[in-house]
Amino acid sequence: MGAIELVERSQLAERPAMKAGDTVRVHVKVREGDKERVQIFEGVVIGLHRGGTRASFTVRKVSFGQGVERIFPLHSPTIQKVEVTRSARVRRAKLYYLRDLKGKAARMKDVVKPQG
Amino acid sequence: MVTGIIGRKVGMTQIFDADGTVHPATVIKAGPCVVVQSKTAQNDGYEAVQLGLVEEAPLKANKPTTGHFKKANVPATRVRREVKLVSGGDQPQAGDQVLCSIFNNGERVDVVGTSRGKGFQGVIKRHHFAGGAATHGSMFHRAPGSIGASSFPSRVVKGMRAAGRMGGGRVTIHNLKVLRVDPENHLLILEGGIPGAPSGYVIVRKAVTLKKLKVAQVEKPKKGKK
Repeated sequence: MGAIELVERSQLAERPAMKAGDTVRVHVKVREGDKERVQIFEGVVIGLHRGGTRASFTVRKVSFGQGVERIFPLHSPTIQKVEVTRSARVRRAKLYYLRDLKGKAARMKDVVKPQG
Repeated sequence: MVTGIIGRKVGMTQIFDADGTVHPATVIKAGPCVVVQSKTAQNDGYEAVQLGLVEEAPLKANKPTTGHFKKANVPATRVRREVKLVSGGDQPQAGDQVLCSIFNNGERVDVVGTSRGKGFQGVIKRHHFAGGAATHGSMFHRAPGSIGASSFPSRVVKGMRAAGRMGGGRVTIHNLKVLRVDPENHLLILEGGIPGAPSGYVIVRKAVTLKKLKVAQVEKPKKGKK
């Protein structure tokens, strides 16, 4: 094992297997003064950027007709957990084309699971 | 006490704080080093030690160099560097080990290394000249311009900045913060970048220009609700 992996190992957080096209609920810890609460950002993963602790993922949602994208560091301690709620069948690793689509055109078909 | 250690740049990564702050981090494989020669004021006019970095592949030394290592009873090392001593602690003897545990978390250090060679570069990249306009009929783009006047002084003054070899020299980065020390694996993790490419040799030493840190002020009790 290389020295970099050795350093990064203690930093890695437990995260579910995600793919582009998955709909996720990201539970983000938000600090407001002394209080801390959890905010949920739900949207479609349009890209994953791998690389140890430097890994990140981009989540896109449409909020009141306005597209919002947020890039999260995958192993950031501010992310409490990530839930994968849906998985869509996509043929790209990066779904940047979704930025140009709206409404019905931006729908995606769910992955057909082999059993149930 | 020995103030520095020889290391090898491994690469960069990032380290999270508990609150999610990301720190850029350089990982250095520092040591284990051995004292090959101890220099004393009596003998050499100044106090220092010559360190050798112990690596997997030992040096295939010629006879005179073998003798130099044999005197300290240490394996022959490829890389040797001299670091200064500060008073306090034991006077290091030839043959002693120096490990990265001489540094503590949060301490400030200097890193001396060889920067990446950039080859022959023009004045814009090498000396940050502004250059000329790219368009609007400007016929002056990346050239250095006038380098001297004509009748007086009729020569180019010494030290005129010009195009030439860039990089590949000794560079010192001061006051980097030690994020973590891992004595078990001989790793030092510093905040920020250091000169040179991965696998380059560097000296990590205690910061020399560091101002004394201000003593943390006791916070005044806030008015109203706490």
